[in-house]
Amino acid sequence: MTEIIIKNGHVFDAVTGQKGDVADVCMKDGKFVDKVSSSATVIDATGKTVMAGALDVHTHVAGPKVNLGRWFRPEDKFRLGERCSAKIDPKTKIEGGFSIPTVYKTGYEYARMGFGFLMEAAMPPLYSRHVHEEIRDTPIVDEAAMPVFGNNWFMFEYLKNGEIDNAAAYVAWMLRQTKGYGIKCVNPGGSEAWAWGLNCMTINDQVPYFDITPKEIIAGLITTNEELHLPHSVHLHSNNLGNPGNYTTTLDSLKIAEDFKPNTNLGRKTVLHHTHLQFHSYGGTGWGDFESKSKEVMDYVNKTEQISIDTGCVTLDETTTMTADGPFEYHLGALNHLKWGNVDVELETSSGVVPYIYGKNVKVCDIQWAIGLEIALFSKDPMRTMITTDHPNAGPFTRYPRIYAWLMDKQYRDDLLNSFKYATKVIDATYLAEIDREISLYELSQMTRAGPAQVLGLSGSMGGLASGMKANLAVYNINPDNMPKGLDLENAFAKSAYFFKDGVKVVENGVVVDADPVVKKTYWVDAKVPENKQVLHDINEKFLKYYSVNLGNYEVIDHYAPHQEIIEV
Amino acid sequence: MNTVTIKLKAVPNLYLECESVTPDKFAGKSLEEIAALPCSEGKRNYTLGEWFEISGVPGATAAETKIDVYGPGTSKCKYFGAWMTAGEVVVNGTADMFTGAWMEGGKLHIKGDVRSFSGLQMKGGEMLVEGRAWNYLGAAYRGDWRGMQGGLIRIKGDAGSDVATFMNGGTIIIEGNADIHIGTHAEGGTIIIKGKAHRRVGGQMVKGEIYVFHGCDVMMPGYKKIEEREIEVDGEKHMFNVFIGDLGERHPKSKGEVVYGHIYTLKE
Repeated sequence: MTEIIIKNGHVFDAVTGQKGDVADVCMKDGKFVDKVSSSATVIDATGKTVMAGALDVHTHVAGPKVNLGRWFRPEDKFRLGERCSAKIDPKTKIEGGFSIPTVYKTGYEYARMGFGFLMEAAMPPLYSRHVHEEIRDTPIVDEAAMPVFGNNWFMFEYLKNGEIDNAAAYVAWMLRQTKGYGIKCVNPGGSEAWAWGLNCMTINDQVPYFDITPKEIIAGLITTNEELHLPHSVHLHSNNLGNPGNYTTTLDSLKIAEDFKPNTNLGRKTVLHHTHLQFHSYGGTGWGDFESKSKEVMDYVNKTEQISIDTGCVTLDETTTMTADGPFEYHLGALNHLKWGNVDVELETSSGVVPYIYGKNVKVCDIQWAIGLEIALFSKDPMRTMITTDHPNAGPFTRYPRIYAWLMDKQYRDDLLNSFKYATKVIDATYLAEIDREISLYELSQMTRAGPAQVLGLSGSMGGLASGMKANLAVYNINPDNMPKGLDLENAFAKSAYFFKDGVKVVENGVVVDADPVVKKTYWVDAKVPENKQVLHDINEKFLKYYSVNLGNYEVIDHYAPHQEIIEV
Repeated sequence: MNTVTIKLKAVPNLYLECESVTPDKFAGKSLEEIAALPCSEGKRNYTLGEWFEISGVPGATAAETKIDVYGPGTSKCKYFGAWMTAGEVVVNGTADMFTGAWMEGGKLHIKGDVRSFSGLQMKGGEMLVEGRAWNYLGAAYRGDWRGMQGGLIRIKGDAGSDVATFMNGGTIIIEGNADIHIGTHAEGGTIIIKGKAHRRVGGQMVKGEIYVFHGCDVMMPGYKKIEEREIEVDGEKHMFNVFIGDLGERHPKSKGEVVYGHIYTLKE
């Protein structure tokens, strides 16, 4: 029975509504409680900021495409004149890599920043065993993974015929087989079209041989999602990513959500999560007149309550892009001539991996950087706006503290903006220079804690400090009465003063003190549906006819996920 | 120039990673501060003071600092002079992998051999090796596309395979022989082999010059002889057979410009 009390910290928490009040926070046996006995361990947080453990709503940290990145970028472990493979803290294992870190570095670095939960954003169902093996080996942080459904042959056939019951039964079966959390949809139809060398650039393009359009896929997935009462909404990476002028496609995709209402009792209020919006908010007709359309997109998001988004901020680093959007990666590879990896995942999806250098003095990269920040700054509802880098696509997750500092300190971001080689051109093409807003600590706690917890349907147990919630808690060396600026702020977020996971002290002064007592859990969703013989028949038939594995070798058995937290809906 | 002498106290069991042994890290520090610099043996972290006896006076800047390294067991130390930008390092013995890797300036003098990945992705400076070099001399690291960009590497003995892959500038002089895959993917720079190369010289080369004095066992099929010419190489004039070839015009970055890799062999 361990009891801990964090005394006199400035508490920021959207769940209990504390906006920097000086208060005590108590933890007992891995949960927050109202009070503890006098024998509790006392931690003094005077002049420090206290928040719940953060949640990352969209990151790529486990699975075959991350590993493909590790395979074909051995040079990632040497960066900017330093060796990135080393034993950092006395009680940790060796950490390596920069944009595609090892599983150990992933777990430790997230813990040092105060994160307690990660959502692996794209799990190819066929390789879900590998995803869960990497999740199992990532220390400290809880994780979940979303299987991809946007290019799945079964879903195409059910949705084309309007068979929502069958689609729901299939999704429920798939979540159980892969220990998945929700419905991810990457470039609906386009990744399947890529098998024929084609793509779907708008939401009305036909998917070859399937007689279905991306619009029907997205609408069908949302219907299925609400039919099943899943905790998270449909998680969409829409068509036409990364191309100039794509914001119209983005708006078309977002408008599909208007007709739907959330149907869940887990606290979620949205029906569509649009991920890494930065890559989808481009204007112009080519790279010459490339410009920001973040205002247009965010105006729509702000007035539509059913939509949540995450930013996908570019951090201006050398990184490795990886996505289930195969055709996009091919175009990116043809653009920078570095390396290109491509995988076709049978009936389910495709994927690609390409290294990418976001150069500080490349106009297009600078505009992308500005758009990422604008999206967070234009947001009127922090509960529906989350900060991500789409790790590692727009930058590694280890740069989150730098993004927080850019958002919270206008001077810091303006200094960088004005130091660009093409600063005037970048300022002309973006809105960033005109925005004076600085995100407050309370808004940050909404964007990184309460918001993602609500969108993921986890608001009952995470993202806040209310009594009974999981005792994930971060203390930062930030005094709200005397806010640090720029680099100091960044360092304060990068190395939390304390981080408690399930009431266990994991990090002290930015050093991982002991990761062993923490039980990391794998979250997955068990959706109850009536038995559906038609779907089971279809599955058997497709496995016999097309799949390269037998049905018995497909399921993620418990061996791959030893500590499960099952959400039953 | 001020000299700091460091002498290994014992031969490491595993390999010792000494990226702290550069004039940049030593300059302007007291001997105690130098002794506190990190190094690691396998997964265990140590300080330089735990492994080396340190004496002498470092200079105020890297350019005024010289480091003399003595054995026993320098052959089990990696990363000597890696990322150095100025000054001088002398290793009295053989050095292990990554010696002078990512070097940007200054002088590195190895009295014995160097092992694989030495002078990796070098940007400038000078490296002189009295003995031989193993594989990947002055090459790009595995998977990287940014090879050697500048500087000079001189090897008195032989070199292994994969010399100067993705080379983009600078000069490598090998006074002995070399193994296979010389200058693969090179986009510039000069490689001079005063002995023989085994085979596959200049494969997928876009630009740059490779001198192989005594030829290679089998010339790549993409090359053809165009002329004979007298050229001064490393201070000596010789008659050379000039070959051109490989991927020049088909390279995606050449944008239609016709460039060739050049291979020169002595006319005997």
